[in-house]
Amino acid sequence: MTRFLRLIGRDLRLALRQGSDASIAVMFFVLCVVLFPFGVGPEPNILARIAAGVIWVAALLASLLSLERLFQNDYEDGSLELLSLSTLPMEAVVLAKTLAHWLVTGLPLIAAAPLLALLLNMDAEGFGVLVLTLLVGTPILSLIGSIGAALTLGARRGGVLLSLLILPLYIPVLIFGAGAIDAALNGLTPRPHLLLLGGLLAGALPLAPWASAAALRQAVE
Amino acid sequence: MPVFAGSALTCLRGDRLVFTGLDFRIAPGEALFLLGPNGSGKSSLLRVMAGLLKPIRGRLSWDDVAVSDDPDGHRGRIHYVGHLDAVKPVLSAVENLSFWATLGGAADPRGNALKALDRLGVPHIANVPGRYLSAGQKRRLNLARIIAAPAALWLLDEPTVALDRAAIALFEGIIAEHRAAGGMVAVSTHVDIAMPGARNLHLDDFTPVPHDEDDDVLEEEDAA
Repeated sequence: MTRFLRLIGRDLRLALRQGSDASIAVMFFVLCVVLFPFGVGPEPNILARIAAGVIWVAALLASLLSLERLFQNDYEDGSLELLSLSTLPMEAVVLAKTLAHWLVTGLPLIAAAPLLALLLNMDAEGFGVLVLTLLVGTPILSLIGSIGAALTLGARRGGVLLSLLILPLYIPVLIFGAGAIDAALNGLTPRPHLLLLGGLLAGALPLAPWASAAALRQAVE
Repeated sequence: MPVFAGSALTCLRGDRLVFTGLDFRIAPGEALFLLGPNGSGKSSLLRVMAGLLKPIRGRLSWDDVAVSDDPDGHRGRIHYVGHLDAVKPVLSAVENLSFWATLGGAADPRGNALKALDRLGVPHIANVPGRYLSAGQKRRLNLARIIAAPAALWLLDEPTVALDRAAIALFEGIIAEHRAAGGMVAVSTHVDIAMPGARNLHLDDFTPVPHDEDDDVLEEEDAA
């Protein structure tokens, strides 16, 4: 457990000292959402109608943007090889790195989301559910993304390949995430959507590290 | 006394047979030199020994227990030094080192890290970020990793690359100490490293020479 926490600590420290990686995702997220009023026009009703979907799609893309680097640096400098030779199981390595990745990129997105919702004229009733869906949904994105990051490790143009592999798998998260907010805005209960999101998280939590670990073992061979 | 041994090991990389029918044996306190021209499979053999690479045939055993039956236990008793130094540019030398010491199960990672740096003659780089270290200093930092946490078996792939004469001498002393304490060492090298009583393993003896023979072996594999 100490070793698991130390690995999270190391990744957080690396991310904070490098700085740019962490802030790029949230800046991309904000810019992406801010572009929409320019594209569809400043009509408040239209913006309010599409706000939930736009924020969720931007969150998917922002999460994807930073995922490519999840194992890349460790792979290139030989750390991944040493991590795979340590007594910490590979699944725990993946889980620790994914958790650190989510803390650095997912949490800032969640913090920025209500501000963007305000910008898109979303009804204030939806804010709570928006934050809640992101809180449950973004860890799923990081977990599923870790599989893609592990599979594309060492591939040329891995980032593009990663998007093609992973974006289709993000669709259920997008549907239930945006669906929960729409339900809340229309006076319905968002509970079923949130429960389904929770189910996805409960499934991804053991399965994604297991699959990523298998892919990483292939990569370091 | 635990003995680390391999018998009839065959290693395939891509579609090339690197070595076949290779046997080795390392007892406590012993050292093994892996010799041979470039591409003869020294690095591949070390990766097989570490468990990073699976041999397509043959058996690797520790104390007569197959390594494949106890991969976790095997990882706990080895230190592997490859071509890459695994030094993070934004972490200081001691931060880099104490992280690996923690993973290796050291009780006092930071204390061990400082002692290890001292032992390799570079106590002054402790607080220098990785990106300002020279190639030789990075290599010393990587070698400090193997003494910052205990492990019985050291697998060293050309450990002296980028090291100066003084560092090689220090390193020879460290290996001698490790062997005196009952440790085992396998080293691939092109440089002379003094390891008294070390055995030589010439990898080119196990290279399948005639081209047809590769195909035969592969066909047998398919048939099986």
